Amino acid sequence: MSEPLIQATNVGKTYGQDVILERVNVDVHEGEFITLVGASGCGKSTFLKMILGTEQSSTGSLLLNGKPMPNEPGPDRGIVFQQYSVFPHMTVLDNVVAARGFQKASLTGLLFGRQKRQARDDAAAILEQVGLGHALKRYPHELSGGMKQRLAIAQAVICKPKILLLDEPFGALDPGIRADMHALILDLWKTHKLTIFMVTHDLKEGFYLGTRLWVFDKLRHDPQAPNAYGASITYDLPVSQEGRDTLDEITRQLGASRPTIPYKETA
Amino acid sequence: MKKLINYTPSTATRLFLGLLPFALLLLVYMGASEARLAENPNDRLLPSLTQMGDAIERLAMEPSKRTGELTFWQDTQSSLIRLLSGVAIAALFGLVLGLLTGALPVLNAWLAPLLTVISLIPPLAVLPILFIAIGLGEASKITLITIGIAPFIARDIQRSTQQIPTEQLVKAQTLGASTLQILMRVLLPQIMPRLIDAVRLSLGAGWLFLIAAEAISSTDGLGYRIFLVRRYMSMDIILPYVMWITLLAFLFDYLLGLLNRRLHPWSEGTNA
Repeated sequence: MSEPLIQATNVGKTYGQDVILERVNVDVHEGEFITLVGASGCGKSTFLKMILGTEQSSTGSLLLNGKPMPNEPGPDRGIVFQQYSVFPHMTVLDNVVAARGFQKASLTGLLFGRQKRQARDDAAAILEQVGLGHALKRYPHELSGGMKQRLAIAQAVICKPKILLLDEPFGALDPGIRADMHALILDLWKTHKLTIFMVTHDLKEGFYLGTRLWVFDKLRHDPQAPNAYGASITYDLPVSQEGRDTLDEITRQLGASRPTIPYKETA
Repeated sequence: MKKLINYTPSTATRLFLGLLPFALLLLVYMGASEARLAENPNDRLLPSLTQMGDAIERLAMEPSKRTGELTFWQDTQSSLIRLLSGVAIAALFGLVLGLLTGALPVLNAWLAPLLTVISLIPPLAVLPILFIAIGLGEASKITLITIGIAPFIARDIQRSTQQIPTEQLVKAQTLGASTLQILMRVLLPQIMPRLIDAVRLSLGAGWLFLIAAEAISSTDGLGYRIFLVRRYMSMDIILPYVMWITLLAFLFDYLLGLLNRRLHPWSEGTNA
């Protein structure tokens, strides 16, 4: 097998006394589609932010292509947040054209002439692919939640990142729209040969979408000091081969270790 | 019967309710003025509308015997130049300082404490220093207005910049943007509507500092005139001047609001 794209060895994260993550050991290869599930505050988003570059690991080593993970966000790792990830002052088309312009090393990233026409054509094409071809001139506040997320995805994809990070991207969307978004993300994953990490609250979504499912949970639990031990990856499953039984078992286990239901189905 | 909190007046009712206090105020004034003038035709305290009209007509239409200028328009022009220069410099200064300290933690650590302290200095207390340092001319009046409102604008812009969701800054970086590109393309355009709002809010203070500076040291201007004719108790000039200043202030506020909606149609739904 080829060199892993991302290699985590004993990765841990602590904030002062609170241990969030501990002993995370995983390898990720190019082209994988990993879904991260777990209860709120279990560290799955923290792990995503470490890959994004806005958080750094406190212990262990996290490698990208064999080198330490950069300590700030960069163009090789695209992101779609649950909200606020499009620019409200630009039209749909300009949002994507600007993404192309930022790649140019200039003061403002504004494009002119032939470059601008090229970027507009590319942007229009990708917006067509994500289903926003009819809304190029609209501003984000005129879009529905699903359309905003489509725009955020288009922005990320036009920069051709190797890794696409999705932080609960569909958490605020209606179930019907979620299904459309799943189809879209799978389509983009295949056509652009992306490696995707997606944090989700919805275990079913995790099973259906990815090639690999990570469940974040605490291995050890001290009732006197709930934050003394951090979470780790308790299940690392190649989900395409796993059946419904495993899903039920994990649901039961996550439910048993917590006083409250660890995830809820958004309906 | 609806609860009062749920009762929304129609457009016509709203217009009527809004104009009613103005009409009442005018009626009360005219009644009081008439009563005083009936008792003593030389009363100066509550001049009639005709007397005010005559006074302003003299100042606006007849060249002054002393300077040959149309006093009213000369006053207006001088005051507006001072006010607008002061506000423009303050807006530019406040924008740059607010944007940079709001966006860059290093500059924030360096300059924000100083900015906070400066914004607490009462500007009028600095006026004598300005007169001593840069003389009694136009520069000291414009500087007073600038010093008076720039810290407010800077702090307002700083806060607005910090309120732009971090997600957008991170997103821009994942699209390859440099610090400068984020400042110019992501933050600056989103701050512009806030700058116009900040200027609207600070215009009131701007007028205050203008009139104070003119009252103390000037040879023309709206504030100068009011304080000059006070010696003769010329309410027939003071009252129209105050109304004229109010009208100008209202117009600026209205035009800036209009400009904001025209230039930034996206700003109604903030934080997409």
